Amino acid sequence: MAILTIARLTLREASRRRLLLAVAILTVVVAVLSAWGFHRLLQLPCGPDYNPHPCSGSTLRVIAATLLILLMFMFSFVLALGAAFLGAPSIATEVESGVTLAILPRPIRRSDVVLGKWLGLSTVLALYAGISCGLEFVIVKIALNYVPPHPILAIVFVVAEAIAVLSLTMLGSTRIPAMACGIIVLVLFGMTWMGGIAGAVGAAFHSHAIESIGTASSLLLPTDGLWRAAIYNLEPVSVIVVGGSVGREGSGNPFFVPSGPTMAYLLWAVGWIAAMLSLAAWSFKRRDL
Amino acid sequence: MIEVQVGEEREASAAALPSVPAIHTLELAKRYRTTTALAGLTMTVPKGEVFGFLGPNGAGKTTAVKLLVGLIRPTSGEGWVLGEPIGDRLTRRRIGYLPELFRYQDWLSAREVLRLHCELARIPRQRWKEEIGQALKIVGLAERADDRVGTFSKGMQQRLGLGVALLGRPELVLLDEPTSALDPVGRHDVREIIRDLKRRGTTVFLNSHLLSEVEQVCDRVAVIDKGRVIALGTLDELRGVENALRLRVGGLGDAGEALLHRFGEVDIDGDWYIVRGIESDAVPRLVAALVQLGGRVYAVEPSRQTLEDRFLQLLGGHTGDTRDGYTHHSASDPA
Repeated sequence: MAILTIARLTLREASRRRLLLAVAILTVVVAVLSAWGFHRLLQLPCGPDYNPHPCSGSTLRVIAATLLILLMFMFSFVLALGAAFLGAPSIATEVESGVTLAILPRPIRRSDVVLGKWLGLSTVLALYAGISCGLEFVIVKIALNYVPPHPILAIVFVVAEAIAVLSLTMLGSTRIPAMACGIIVLVLFGMTWMGGIAGAVGAAFHSHAIESIGTASSLLLPTDGLWRAAIYNLEPVSVIVVGGSVGREGSGNPFFVPSGPTMAYLLWAVGWIAAMLSLAAWSFKRRDL
Repeated sequence: MIEVQVGEEREASAAALPSVPAIHTLELAKRYRTTTALAGLTMTVPKGEVFGFLGPNGAGKTTAVKLLVGLIRPTSGEGWVLGEPIGDRLTRRRIGYLPELFRYQDWLSAREVLRLHCELARIPRQRWKEEIGQALKIVGLAERADDRVGTFSKGMQQRLGLGVALLGRPELVLLDEPTSALDPVGRHDVREIIRDLKRRGTTVFLNSHLLSEVEQVCDRVAVIDKGRVIALGTLDELRGVENALRLRVGGLGDAGEALLHRFGEVDIDGDWYIVRGIESDAVPRLVAALVQLGGRVYAVEPSRQTLEDRFLQLLGGHTGDTRDGYTHHSASDPA
């Protein structure tokens, strides 16, 4: 199948261009640093300076959960950036350089090229997310004996967020030069993140107008909604209870989510990704080369 | 006077032709917002022919080839390649194409590029090794087969492109400026490859602005300018015969020159006399008379236009006005 041929080619390109090697080295560096940090956490004293004592298990778990969410935020941000960097040139640069002129006259559909590249790049992103996040979970388990409530689901949502960015970027890449495409998508990604925070503040203060901004942005680009789903699956019950008790003052905290995503929203997100891919295939098919 | 026939009957369709041509187009046009890249291409290329597609830069040659392989969609008109509508996906299995401005993945080796195209062209896996080996040998890259394409010169990349176009023994090979980056040896090699393809019965569509290249290998030629075919025919038809004679004669006195003037208008080109307007059956009489007058006749040959002369004549005379998409020219048309 041509889709698999293109996907394999994309993976091989990632490998040949030393992307996989660079990512592997950086993952190891982050893992080593975070392992050191979590190990040090165990040795830090709790209580006042004049009467230090070891931290309780529950305190350590809350700290670990918070740090883990921050680490996951870093990974999700890196993944979103990576998705934009990988997706933006995927079609645009190959059209500009003439690589597509040699490939497309073969008996393949243009949608094969779009889907194959999407599949290959999604695999790269999923591998990175799975290995780096999984490694962090293992480190926290060993260092603090803490496992977040739904680690696999959290990774799935972080990967889904990156794939949403990738799908939108690939749609842009069928028509817009790579640099402009990457910048546009990253600005939209940032705006959606802020929209999500605004929505949470609006909900806390019962401002439907502000809340609707968050709802609209999470529907137009479901990256923040998926990121919030990942956070929710990383939060232990104690964090949800503590976070919920803070009240309106805590509503602007982008690393706390009081409730999980609805099934309707998840279906919307899946449909949204499928729609972006279909539009990308259609747009590329209609393009004169 | 030799009439150069241009275009085909508008009513003809691919199905109605006695044998399916390799390429058949009817008023195929491509317009961008304010630019007409191809104004209405009507032509037929029979199978097994080496067909030259000549024209100045910007004439619409590459647009035509891209339309034929489905890289761009026509604004109007119709076209068939190997009997199927242009752009048909499965028909592309039977086509080899060398684009004009292209690049292969510079992180792949030449062998890997060929393997990729074997896979994309759906060539049975058991034939890959043979196909790749043969392609590398034909284009002279066997010794660089495992080097990265990124280390190749432009000429070597063009050789590789030609090798890719030959994979799977296609019935139709479209070559868009195949020698633009090649040295004289490379150009000679390409001409040999084209001749070899012709021997195998492969149709070759050669898009070029290099007249000598076209002159040496093509059976028929279409000249395109401003998006339209302005002439189409065999090389002889295009070049035409001027009803002129070139003679290299020594020992001609005034009487001899006067004799020449009786047969036609005489020009002198170095050692050669050119007699224009002479009928072919008068040539033996002229030669006999020259010998009788003591002239030493070293050479007698019909005077022909070069393709370059004719090409420039056509382009100079083409004002762009056409009748229903057809333009008729004859060799004796004033330039």
